[in-house]
Amino acid sequence: MFLDSIDKLSAWQKDCRKKSEAHKVKVQICLGPGCLAAGADLILKEFEKVFKKHKIKDVPLESIKKTGCHGFCSRGPLVVIEPKGIFYGKVKAADVAEIVEKTLINGEIVERLLYTDPDNNKTYTDWKEIPFYARQTRISLRNVGQIDPDNIEDYIARGGYAALAKVLKSMTSSQVIDEVTKSGLRGRGGAGFSTGKKWATAAKAEDTPHYVICNGDEGDPGAFMDRCIMEGDPHSVLEGMIICAFAVGSQQGFIYVREEYPLAVVNLQKAIEIAREHGLLGENIMGSGLSFDIKISRGGGAFVCGESSALMRSVAGEIGEPRAKYIRSVLKGLYDKPTVLNNVETFATIPVIMDKGAAWFSAIGTKRSTGTKAFSLAGKVRNTGLIEVPMGTSLREIIYDIGGGILDNRKFKAVQTGGPSGGCLPENKLDLPVDFDTLTENGSMMGSGGMIVMDDRTCMVDVARYFLNFLVEESCGKCVPCREGLFQLHKLCEKVCAGKAFEEDLKLMEDLSRVIVTASLCGLGQSGPNPFLSTIMYFREEYLAHIKDKKCPGGVCRDLISYVINDDCNGCMACLRVCPVNAISGSKKQKHVIDQVLCDRCGSCYAVCNFEAIDIV
Amino acid sequence: MVNLIINDKAVKAEKGEMLLAVIRRMGIDIPALCQHEAVEPTGNCRLCMVEITKKDWDGWKRCVTSCLYPVEEGLIVETHNPKLHDIRRTLFDLQLANCPNSEVIQKIAAEYGVYKTSFEVQPDGDNCIMCYACTRICEILGKSAISATQRGHNKVIAPPFGEEPPDCIGCLACAHICPTFHITWHDEGGVRVIWNKKFELLTCRQCGKKTITRDFAEYLVEKRNIPRDYFDTCDDCKRQETARKFGSVVIAAGEASL
Repeated sequence: MFLDSIDKLSAWQKDCRKKSEAHKVKVQICLGPGCLAAGADLILKEFEKVFKKHKIKDVPLESIKKTGCHGFCSRGPLVVIEPKGIFYGKVKAADVAEIVEKTLINGEIVERLLYTDPDNNKTYTDWKEIPFYARQTRISLRNVGQIDPDNIEDYIARGGYAALAKVLKSMTSSQVIDEVTKSGLRGRGGAGFSTGKKWATAAKAEDTPHYVICNGDEGDPGAFMDRCIMEGDPHSVLEGMIICAFAVGSQQGFIYVREEYPLAVVNLQKAIEIAREHGLLGENIMGSGLSFDIKISRGGGAFVCGESSALMRSVAGEIGEPRAKYIRSVLKGLYDKPTVLNNVETFATIPVIMDKGAAWFSAIGTKRSTGTKAFSLAGKVRNTGLIEVPMGTSLREIIYDIGGGILDNRKFKAVQTGGPSGGCLPENKLDLPVDFDTLTENGSMMGSGGMIVMDDRTCMVDVARYFLNFLVEESCGKCVPCREGLFQLHKLCEKVCAGKAFEEDLKLMEDLSRVIVTASLCGLGQSGPNPFLSTIMYFREEYLAHIKDKKCPGGVCRDLISYVINDDCNGCMACLRVCPVNAISGSKKQKHVIDQVLCDRCGSCYAVCNFEAIDIV
Repeated sequence: MVNLIINDKAVKAEKGEMLLAVIRRMGIDIPALCQHEAVEPTGNCRLCMVEITKKDWDGWKRCVTSCLYPVEEGLIVETHNPKLHDIRRTLFDLQLANCPNSEVIQKIAAEYGVYKTSFEVQPDGDNCIMCYACTRICEILGKSAISATQRGHNKVIAPPFGEEPPDCIGCLACAHICPTFHITWHDEGGVRVIWNKKFELLTCRQCGKKTITRDFAEYLVEKRNIPRDYFDTCDDCKRQETARKFGSVVIAAGEASL
């Protein structure tokens, strides 16, 4: 339907709802990044094959829905059968025939595919009741995993573009900005600047034209929230951007996506074209007089291009290097014109705020950090995946209640928030409420929302070394403190890992970090030493163990550990076969021995031993 | 005019001026390696950092690069204090590790009491401090024959794909602006080599001396409207010619007045 007037939307919405309700049963197959990697595409093919072969009563081929990320990645590939919400995890192509026969034809449940809580052995049928989901509040992720991203009618049926219609019909641009300001929404990209204030500054800027840019250059290792929104619910991003364009008086928008997210690029491109076909983008949107269009700008995957000024240079086709922002980019941004740059999650949240109101939104979360925040929960935690919780939720609730605790019942050691330039928080900080200010006060940061859980087998010096290495490689190399400073900081960290550092080196590292933080040109350098600063703040004794005792308490740093076979060894020869340097000797059913001179400390034997017969000393 | 205070002295400055220009005008010496009056500032070397505050900032202070910070009414600026000294010392320390053989760096670093780097010296370190002066001047000339490529510590100034730069005209602007004399060239047998590209040098019709490259002359003819025959002779011969002409005019005038 082409919308040449705002009023036509509600009729279309009714149509879409009717269509959606016509299919009683929906088979939703998650095609998010995690499930795809685990073979979700094979399951989809199998379903289509079975459906084409057998006609199933009340369940036509159209009931198969390809959705974006459903969230519970560690249980993937996921198949959810609505409306009952039957949640099947770790599905294999071979299970499809059984699901069709039992569940779709006979209305029975395939018990073995359901989720069982390992703590109390309780089995859940409906996904909404599983603790992983039950404790979440989904706003920016409201449609992700629930709709087919290619089908605009799915989005419309769930109330999509209704907020835009409301804005265009009954609000002025300053009312929109007021509402966003009142909602207390802070930028979800990491810095946490007030979105309403940013829009107000851009709207007042005299220079024209004004641009709107969506930052989809999610570059933190272990973060995939924006990716899942762009892949699974692209229209919510477009709707947020159009509302922003209306508020700040812009006619041209850009979405900056990294080329490493090919599906996000494809889905956004499709969504833009479909929105244009329906009169939701382009000239005279819904007959309201507002004209706005969006172009996709694909990035090469440089971490620094997530920084606003580098991103804008990259969009303009220049080298992605930041510039000093003594004149803010909201006044002098893309092509030196006023530019609003917001993160994917921020834009995806806007329609909900417009729809339900600022008061509703600001009632969620804490006073200074309102609403919810999406996180990608990763690392040594049982339930990994995509989650969204109200601001102020404690780290403990996220890691233990939603995340299900530490993998293999090991001991918690640290959680890293805020990506590579964020910080690692120890166990005594687990009850901290997660919001912008608390995390910053405690030496970490919100960042875009990556959350990596680490157990007691993690070496914090090694973690700092790893993330510093990432930042050294991703530093653009323009300014000295970041280029040379992070490089040297990483070298010193390597020295600690190798057991070759002295206590004076720690002082040098701290002094150097302080200068990098103050003197660097952009956010990358200014937050660059964080992996070191937060680990030295909370885990100084681990650094000292490396330096003074020449020991790695986590059992990770190769130069400071040895693998030794203990008396539990039953001579199964598994380690002997796997050793790449033939350092293990021993015959069958005899205790093996590792030659410490030959041993390369790769850890293969440790990983393969089923009898806990190898100790790290 | 804008009123501000620099090191406890009240100063006036033009609106739009950068802090560094005002500071230098006052005769205050602060180091800056990437700053050059011929090109726009970029803030790469960070040495010109100063600490700023305002009366209504409640004591909050901020370090900014003075080459890029436009003057503001009521700004209170400090150019030297322990914190800034520490920053500059560390920056020199890092540069010494990166460019161990640069005499320019060694000399300025010594002024800040840094004689030996605390960090790991880069054995393959060259004299490039990545100030971008060369790429900026090349861009102003409308050529952009060289640019900064790669990322982070691997960043180098190089022609596209490391090959002979097709847009280079051998004008030597990059080499002359380089603060650490990293960019080198050589002229031999009527040929100039820079960035691995060979250029034909023009010959002075009168004295036979080699002048500028043919490509540079073509560029000046085309872009700066300089007559083609201007490049027939070298600057020395032109000067002699001018002196001769001027002399004969004077002599002629002298004879007439007698």
